[in-house]
Amino acid sequence: MATLTFPIPRPIHPTGVWGWITTIDHKRIGILYGITAFVLFLTGGIEALLIRVQLAAPDQDIVTPEVFNQLFTMHGTTMIFLAIMPMGAAFFNFIIPLQIGARDVAFPRLNAFSYWTFLAGALMLKLSWVLGAAPNAGWFAYSPLTGLAANPGHGVDYWIVSLMLLGIASLAAGFNFLVTIVNMRAPGMSLMRMPIFTWMTLLTAILIVLAFPVITVALIELMFDRTFGTNFFVVSAGGNPILWQHLFWVFGHPEVYILILPAMGIVAEIIPTFSKKPLFGYPVVVLSGVTISFLGWMVWSHHMFTVGLGPVANSVFTVTTLIIAIPTGVKIFNWLGTMWKGSILLNTPMLFALGFVGMFTIGGLSGVMHASAASDAQQQDTYFIVAHIHYVLFGGAIFGLMAGIYYWIPKVTGRMFNEAVGKFNFWLLFIGMNIAFFPMHFTGLDGMPRRIYTYSSEMGWSFWNGVSTVGAFLVAVSMLIFVYNIAKCWLRGEPAGDDPWDARTLEWSIPSPPPEYNFVEIPVVQDRDDWWAQKRRQVRRAVPVAGGSEDGVEHSIHMPQASYWPFLVSIGLFIGAYGLIFNFAVAALGGVLAMISTYAWSFEPVNEPEETPSH
Amino acid sequence: MINAGWRSNRFLGLSALGSLLALILGCTPSHPQSTFDTLGPVAKSQLDLFYLIFWVAVVVFIAVGGAFLYAAIRYRRRRGQGDPEQTHGNTKLEIVWTVIPAIVLIAIAIPTIITIFDNADAPILPKDGGLLIEATGHQWWFEFRYPDSDVVTANEMHIPVGEPVTVNLDSVDVIHSFWVPKLAGKVDMVPNNPNHLWLMADEPGVYYGQCAEFCGISHANMRFEVIAQPRAEFDAWLLAQAALPFEPVDPLAIEGKDVFLSIEAGCRGCHTVAGTSARGRLGPNLTHFGSRRQLASGILDNTQANLRRWLLDPNEVKPGNVMGEAAAIYVNPDKALTEPQISALVAYLRSLE
Repeated sequence: MATLTFPIPRPIHPTGVWGWITTIDHKRIGILYGITAFVLFLTGGIEALLIRVQLAAPDQDIVTPEVFNQLFTMHGTTMIFLAIMPMGAAFFNFIIPLQIGARDVAFPRLNAFSYWTFLAGALMLKLSWVLGAAPNAGWFAYSPLTGLAANPGHGVDYWIVSLMLLGIASLAAGFNFLVTIVNMRAPGMSLMRMPIFTWMTLLTAILIVLAFPVITVALIELMFDRTFGTNFFVVSAGGNPILWQHLFWVFGHPEVYILILPAMGIVAEIIPTFSKKPLFGYPVVVLSGVTISFLGWMVWSHHMFTVGLGPVANSVFTVTTLIIAIPTGVKIFNWLGTMWKGSILLNTPMLFALGFVGMFTIGGLSGVMHASAASDAQQQDTYFIVAHIHYVLFGGAIFGLMAGIYYWIPKVTGRMFNEAVGKFNFWLLFIGMNIAFFPMHFTGLDGMPRRIYTYSSEMGWSFWNGVSTVGAFLVAVSMLIFVYNIAKCWLRGEPAGDDPWDARTLEWSIPSPPPEYNFVEIPVVQDRDDWWAQKRRQVRRAVPVAGGSEDGVEHSIHMPQASYWPFLVSIGLFIGAYGLIFNFAVAALGGVLAMISTYAWSFEPVNEPEETPSH
Repeated sequence: MINAGWRSNRFLGLSALGSLLALILGCTPSHPQSTFDTLGPVAKSQLDLFYLIFWVAVVVFIAVGGAFLYAAIRYRRRRGQGDPEQTHGNTKLEIVWTVIPAIVLIAIAIPTIITIFDNADAPILPKDGGLLIEATGHQWWFEFRYPDSDVVTANEMHIPVGEPVTVNLDSVDVIHSFWVPKLAGKVDMVPNNPNHLWLMADEPGVYYGQCAEFCGISHANMRFEVIAQPRAEFDAWLLAQAALPFEPVDPLAIEGKDVFLSIEAGCRGCHTVAGTSARGRLGPNLTHFGSRRQLASGILDNTQANLRRWLLDPNEVKPGNVMGEAAAIYVNPDKALTEPQISALVAYLRSLE
């Protein structure tokens, strides 16, 4: 790279804030993802509390109808795109390279770019509260309610551009982890020796790469309708609003599995570890994950059973949706098989994992009730569905992710959390979530539609709505306990040691927290659950590879260096996206910044020549 | 009972157990939209399916949850315990727990598909003499037309008891959903994509309906009633609705008519009163407004005080509604209705029986 005629600035061993801004270390990016997503999760939780306060009793007007509509739109969009997805990404980032015995992801700078672009999209969405108007058309943004005729404000525009940014971030991350898992596994780690969490991440990455282009098409069409006067969804010009629904749910249903597969992977790591047994029927669990990912593309119209697609379409999608219950059940049965005759330790991560199983089973069973299109006609768009998605996404995805946080936080920080507080955290959350969400089954079947900002006392929904609100506050309190427990662990926890759980996978074979280069020697994998097998054999085998050294001296391990450019490209995209709403000149400015930064990035060598050690 | 009858006793045992659940929720008049208190064959068929799946789900949940609880307690780690046997799987067992759910799901799929096709079309189609009603969704109210009788009404749909009724569904703006929980599950009202459903009421009465698809700021305030009457009563109602309203005789009402038809008030730009120069079609047809039980899309009883409240400030009753947002008398303070004008309008509208 000595032929370059202009210098490209590059941070040399940055520290402090610059260290974090320019970092391309997958572990630091994972921590950034995790903390950012959790803060955003809390903002979505505040939105939820406001919704619950408004609905606590009939005929209340604590928030205006317009604000209520913005609250549930922002709550849904936040929890799905800004909380659960990026929390999954936090685990991919921190854990995957460690689990497959790699020193980083395939494209470390692209990884930094994913995070900063995610943050740009998240800020864009959240800033809509203060910069003008928050979106108010629901997280599913059904046309024609999003068209200019019904929705002239800028809320929907914020929603469109922030989802575009988040889509770019997700696609970059999806490709990155797909390539990382396919190409960068340690020698000997065949596909069927991969840890199950790595498998579920691989499937999630594939789903992201295939699903996000579909929503991107829909978003671009909607943006063109609103900005350039096209007529994809404009009813008065003959547009068909059902096109939006198909595009949205062809993305939206795989998205459900993008949210739940990582949690399933986490649970499938925790249950074997705390049962001291290998995952029961590993090949079948992998196969059922693959089957779910495949069938997940064939069920989207079950979100549209009342749209009027006709009895044939409704029957077909009923059958495909019922079929997807089979691989899901197989996963649950195999977790049971794992625990059977095991040596089970019911500590905090295991409790959360078992909480996942119980709550997800309830969500799955109510899912079968509306898989039946005829039965769904009474349930669609009622609180029964709200109950279902919260059992799947809160009892399921969030419990799984919290199990994962408790499980891996000793690896991330090198410190141990307080077990008693953790157990209390679990039980309060478990009780609180059931008080909050179970009564929604009742109100839904009692005829309460979703997304209504008020209801009359004569409808008979008052009691259970009050109960739900109490539960929501219990959930909020237990989340504060969670924050306390994790923060205390991080700042003042007891040293955890390298392998506090006597775990099974490679990330537990290295120090806690892991050094920047992860593995002094790249391990050679001989078994599924290789670390467990190594411990039992009492023999450690590893071969030195290029960059490694016998004595483990770290200065001779070359890690890719920090870079400004991913951050700058993301800033360019943020400015460009804002410009798309208000001013095309600003959009062009952002585009130019992103383009220049992309050029600089592509000419930037992995290591500066002067930084390359001579030996 | 028309073609749904063969199913009526099928899940009786399950329904009996299920009535326990119904008791928790209540199926008294204080739960006007309960899906358990069905009074029509379509809703009944959908409830039967719900019970079938519900009881399967209860059994599965108890079995799976119980097995997990048992394992978690029975196999708890004991002090000094070594590694348990490292079993990797059991093919026979795994085949069993794949096949059993498959069989259960087939048992759910078959009655589901039968019900889907049963509920697609009314047993007596409009072309064979069945009653047809055209329902149109507006932000935020329901319009009902009886095409054979040239009757147009809003917010209440009258039907004859014990007869299958086909309802054609359409929308003029965004997507709404037509839902009368005690009579039938919902079907969406999608612009540019006409739908239909059929329903039948087994007993005379007033059935609550509500828009079930989020449709904007006053989605929560978009309700309606289905009034099921014996055939003779229904025919009489239809006849009365098809007739022109009586000319007002009360001086205040006569004054109200003048206000209603005046260019300044502008009411006639959006509303129709048959037999007058008011032929607007944006808002509800008010020809027989005085005969209706409710106003403002089923959220207020049609009383003198409520009508006055509505005319004084519609946005206070139903935020975002077109009249409050766009009509000059509400947008422009100079053109606002005076107190006497409102009293006159109230008298006139209430005279339109």
